[in-house]
Amino acid sequence: MRWLLILLCACNLRAIEPLVLHSRATDATGTLAISELQQLENQLAAFESKTSNQIVVVLIPSLEGEEIRDYAIRLAEKSKVGQVKKDNGVILVIAKADKKMTIEVGYGLEGVLPDATCDTIIRNIIRPKFRQGDFYGGILAGVQAIMAATQGEFAAPAKDRPRVLPLAFLLFVLIALFMLFLFGGNFYNVSSRGYRRGHWGSGWGGGGWSGGSGWGSGGGGWSGGGGSFGGGGSSGSW
Amino acid sequence: MKSKALVVTLVVLGSFLLAGIMLVMWGVGIYNGLVASNEQVNSHWSQVLNQYQRRIDLIPNLVETVKGYASHEKQTLENVVNARARVGQLTVTPEVLQNPQALRNFERAQGELSSALSRLMAIAENYPNLKANENFLQLQAQLEGTENRIAVERRRFNESVQYFNTRVRTFPHTLIARIGGFPPKAYFEAQPGAETPPKVKF
Repeated sequence: MRWLLILLCACNLRAIEPLVLHSRATDATGTLAISELQQLENQLAAFESKTSNQIVVVLIPSLEGEEIRDYAIRLAEKSKVGQVKKDNGVILVIAKADKKMTIEVGYGLEGVLPDATCDTIIRNIIRPKFRQGDFYGGILAGVQAIMAATQGEFAAPAKDRPRVLPLAFLLFVLIALFMLFLFGGNFYNVSSRGYRRGHWGSGWGGGGWSGGSGWGSGGGGWSGGGGSFGGGGSSGSW
Repeated sequence: MKSKALVVTLVVLGSFLLAGIMLVMWGVGIYNGLVASNEQVNSHWSQVLNQYQRRIDLIPNLVETVKGYASHEKQTLENVVNARARVGQLTVTPEVLQNPQALRNFERAQGELSSALSRLMAIAENYPNLKANENFLQLQAQLEGTENRIAVERRRFNESVQYFNTRVRTFPHTLIARIGGFPPKAYFEAQPGAETPPKVKF
């Protein structure tokens, strides 16, 4: 038990810390021009407000020996791209010095964006442009292909839903309060601890506390909506 | 005098009763928490199995495709087929987690399949026609994605078992765990290279 923990810590020390994302398009390599980055961001934001799917592009200088998919999944878990319960996030990670890229797909989009499709997008759409040195063109074409594949899957939630407090919900709250009273707070403590620690990362339960939907902000202050990833997607090099 | 003694006795009895009820409720709370994290482990285990099953389902297609181009790589192909058959005979119910030996057997068989597949994909590199085959490329991408999913679900499973084991081994949960029958569970041992998916893309 203890040595496993030590081993896990050791792994974490060796691995590089994933970036903290503040926007949908992040370039830590200085490859894209500011205007290109802004354009990309605008396209991703527009797509998100239309479909609620969150697509995120990240360029990093180097993996420092780490596997790109490991890095990407840790980045995905950290930034929680995609909406809670829909799990409709996609991350395109490009490691420039390693000449590697990967597309990570959230649980909710694995159906419309299967591994083979990601592979095709990488091989036939992004890679040829990257080989010519056209990073912006490659990313843009790749992102458009991802958008085309995923746009029918989810719809953005209606802006103002009529809010009716259902009777069942009221009843539930009353019962919950009663239980809380009955168990002297203990019941609540135990179950909430169990959920907080146990359910993180999976598509249900704990997702709620990660900040709801942070979309529609356009640029600064952006954050992931709480979506989960299960390792779907594909990687490739150029 | 008499009535006063009766009141005192009643109060004492009442507070014992109240304390008893509170103790039971507290125990029930802990028990429910253990049930929840036990279920959490089981659901992560079934996720692990789903991904392993996904890999098993990919194999017939993959073997057929490779055979079409590299039919004389008999040994490598056979190794994959045999390893797949062995994996098919494993017990996979959550009871496996009660038995470290059974889990190790499970892991060994799956590991053999991983390396057989890895070798198959490596020899495929020597066949340019196979490498250019769109069907093969798609299967390769699916296999890579599946290996990656397996690695992710294994890690999540291990994390939930760690959490569960810590709870059932620490006081006061350990009392309730003994009464309720929640033994600690086995998890995947960290073998060198097991935390990263095997290489299937070259």
